[in-house]
Amino acid sequence: MSSNRDAGEGNPQLIDADLKARRSRTARRRRLTIYGLRLVFAVLWLGSWEVMTRLNWVDPFFVGQPSGIAQRLWTWITDGTALGPLWLQAAITMEEAVLGFVIGSVLGIVFGILLGRIELLAEVLSPFIRAANAIPRVVLGSLFAIMFGVVSVWGKAWTAVVLVFFVVFFNAFQGVREVDRNLVANARILGADNRRLTTEIIVPSALSWILASLHISFGLAIVGAVVGELFGATGGLGQLIYNAGHTFDVNGVFAGMFLLAVLALIAEGVISAIEKRLIKWRPSRVSGEIPI
Amino acid sequence: MASPAIELRGVTKRFATPKGGIYTALRDLTMEVAPAEFCAVVGPTGCGKSTTLALISGLEQASAGEVRVEGSPVKGIADGIGYVFQSDAVFPWKTTLENVAAGPRYHGVAGAEARVRARDWIARVGLSGFEDRYPHQLSGGMRKRVGLAQSLINGPRILLMDEPFSALDVQTRTLMENELLALWSSTSASVVFVTHDLEEAIALADRVVLLTAGPGTVKGTFEVDLPRPRNVAEIRFQPRFAQIYEAIWNQLRDEVLVSYERQKHAAAI
Repeated sequence: MSSNRDAGEGNPQLIDADLKARRSRTARRRRLTIYGLRLVFAVLWLGSWEVMTRLNWVDPFFVGQPSGIAQRLWTWITDGTALGPLWLQAAITMEEAVLGFVIGSVLGIVFGILLGRIELLAEVLSPFIRAANAIPRVVLGSLFAIMFGVVSVWGKAWTAVVLVFFVVFFNAFQGVREVDRNLVANARILGADNRRLTTEIIVPSALSWILASLHISFGLAIVGAVVGELFGATGGLGQLIYNAGHTFDVNGVFAGMFLLAVLALIAEGVISAIEKRLIKWRPSRVSGEIPI
Repeated sequence: MASPAIELRGVTKRFATPKGGIYTALRDLTMEVAPAEFCAVVGPTGCGKSTTLALISGLEQASAGEVRVEGSPVKGIADGIGYVFQSDAVFPWKTTLENVAAGPRYHGVAGAEARVRARDWIARVGLSGFEDRYPHQLSGGMRKRVGLAQSLINGPRILLMDEPFSALDVQTRTLMENELLALWSSTSASVVFVTHDLEEAIALADRVVLLTAGPGTVKGTFEVDLPRPRNVAEIRFQPRFAQIYEAIWNQLRDEVLVSYERQKHAAAI
């Protein structure tokens, strides 16, 4: 008998606890390594940027400078921007993006499920949808700016809607089409009518697809909001970036981008949390796998 | 004699293939199942066994011929039919309790009442304590139990089973077969049990219907006059079991060879 086996004989719980502790130690060590490497990456990236611009290998006038960006952010936070307080600009852009995201997602989900369920509708509308998807829809932003005026948030929100809608729509549609036929047959045999079939089988089944598209589409909603602001606005981070560009303030452009990235990351976290709640029935990740 | 629970008369089923051809799954099939009879359907791969069930359930319509359930022609999915699928067909986003309660709820039973009945059936299939688990947290055998309870809770007069235990390991399978017989004996349902496993068919059924290699039609019918209640694990050792097995196998062998040759041929093209 091996010595390993002898050590634990009569007390399997102890071995269990020991194994668990060892595993959580390994996981913690791994997490620390990853955070450490991320820090190293950021320092190398920003450091080389800073050094190259300090030594004038590249002109900071064109590419900006990390210290300059930080400084610009600090002035924005303490003294406010040319357009008003910084938090207000962030709030404006977020309002536009969230409105566009919610309206676009709801429309996309509703139409995706409708067309996925009604074959005739899908066949009739498919060339129009494909055509609409192929054209560069952001140019509609100029139309919306005329329609709603430069002050209103709705011009930007609708620009975000046209971007978000198609991604969510195609995913919802595909999700409905991919529903396991066995599950549908089972539900029908058990007595489900069409309404029950949609709410209890089709929608939950398509949910994984829909939620996956929501991750991408919040980024698109921000793009829509920022592009919408470029077509005319009185505030918002997009307008702030636009102004900075016009005054050759490269650090200002980067500072604005940095703020947008932070907002996008926060939103991503919120969506992930919602996703976790909505599909708790899905098998959790195998312990060996590490989430990215 | 009482009128048959299930009647198929001269039934043919054709499918249009994606390449524009026509595939005949069943040709001129005629068979009957008596009320409360346990009928097994065996045949080589691709002989249209599952199609037979789809026709009886109303999931598919016959291209020619007549399908009658309890005397009336099948037009769409009727009440009183249970269907246990080959692959897992329990809903992955519902817990055991919600899965089993689905049938009554679809029939308009109030939520609380449906849950009470579901708990009763969960206990009967031996899953008490697992009410709040999701299917992915259960083993294959347990998921099959959920599927069984889900079908039986509706009190089906006709129970259709499509190779329900083929994905289980041998021990679990024998266990489930015994439990199925116990559950069935407490109901008066007519069962059509499709399988490619002759041993399973004989151990469970009152009668075995043998189909030819596709397009399927009935090659022979064999009475299984083994006494009930049966223990599936031990019945195989009875001499009578071996006799019946041999009689059916002599005919099944040819069909299996035909089917195998065809598959080889199809693969060679």
